[in-house]
Amino acid sequence: MIKEIISMNGYGAYVWSAFSFTLISFISLYFVTKLQLSKEQKRFASKFGSLNLEKAKTARTQNINREILSNISKV
Amino acid sequence: MYKYFEPNKIFAITSRAPKYVLLLFIVVLTIGLTEALILSPEDYKQSDAVRIMYVHVPAAWISLGIFSSLALLSIGSFVLKNKNFALISKSLAPSGFIFNIIALVTGSIWGKPTWGTWWAWDARITSMLILALFYGMYLLAWRIYEEKEQAIKVTSMIAILGVINVPIIKYSVDWWNTLHQPPSINILSNNSIHVSMLIPLCIMTAAFTLFSLLIFLMKYNTELIKVKNKGLDRL
Repeated sequence: MIKEIISMNGYGAYVWSAFSFTLISFISLYFVTKLQLSKEQKRFASKFGSLNLEKAKTARTQNINREILSNISKV
Repeated sequence: MYKYFEPNKIFAITSRAPKYVLLLFIVVLTIGLTEALILSPEDYKQSDAVRIMYVHVPAAWISLGIFSSLALLSIGSFVLKNKNFALISKSLAPSGFIFNIIALVTGSIWGKPTWGTWWAWDARITSMLILALFYGMYLLAWRIYEEKEQAIKVTSMIAILGVINVPIIKYSVDWWNTLHQPPSINILSNNSIHVSMLIPLCIMTAAFTLFSLLIFLMKYNTELIKVKNKGLDRL
């Protein structure tokens, strides 16, 4: 059974390479996108950390900023 | 109505959704791969080589769908002057491009055992290659133009010009003599594909759609945080 699945009636090299290429593309795109996201989150955290108390208070009034900070703390 | 889709309001959803979408994607992909590689029957003519269809066809469909969305959003961004449309387009493009590349590469792999060649300058393949070039130009334009207004204008022009190619891809098999067969799936009339092959095809299409949604959400969150980073500079 496993031998049949691997050989695919002689078309195994074509079928498996097509599926492997697709999965490798998915994994690569996922990790590149995840890396970009965490890079931006880190940049946001460091910028927020360098704000003085008054500016930080102003920034915290925006829901989205609070949401970003809460996501960073989860990471 | 657009106020409900303001980035500030939907970020709470878009930032939490990826983990659920990823989980659902893994489940649907596992079912799809089992159906496509093990349970679905082989073709009477192409034998097991037909299984390449389960990655090639959904990838082609989604890359076309995403490019059409880019064009619609670009028109929307021009008419309604809504910058969020440009942000959505920018976040959709990477997965569309990857699906286009997957369609070209898996098509080439499928071509060897069925047509005896890796590549042919056939109308469908050539028009898909042109679509990949438009995707490439679109993504490059976002990187080249640093000024946001200019980037939105140029990328919108590329998307609107490129969408002319979408019906050419769709009808290329009817308009010209190509190596590609006519469409097997038609919403308005009877399908020529058997249900045992249609089910895995639909499951794989659902899995690929979930993947593009996952990448879109992650990219959209990245873009929103970028905007907020600039906002912190201005404080």
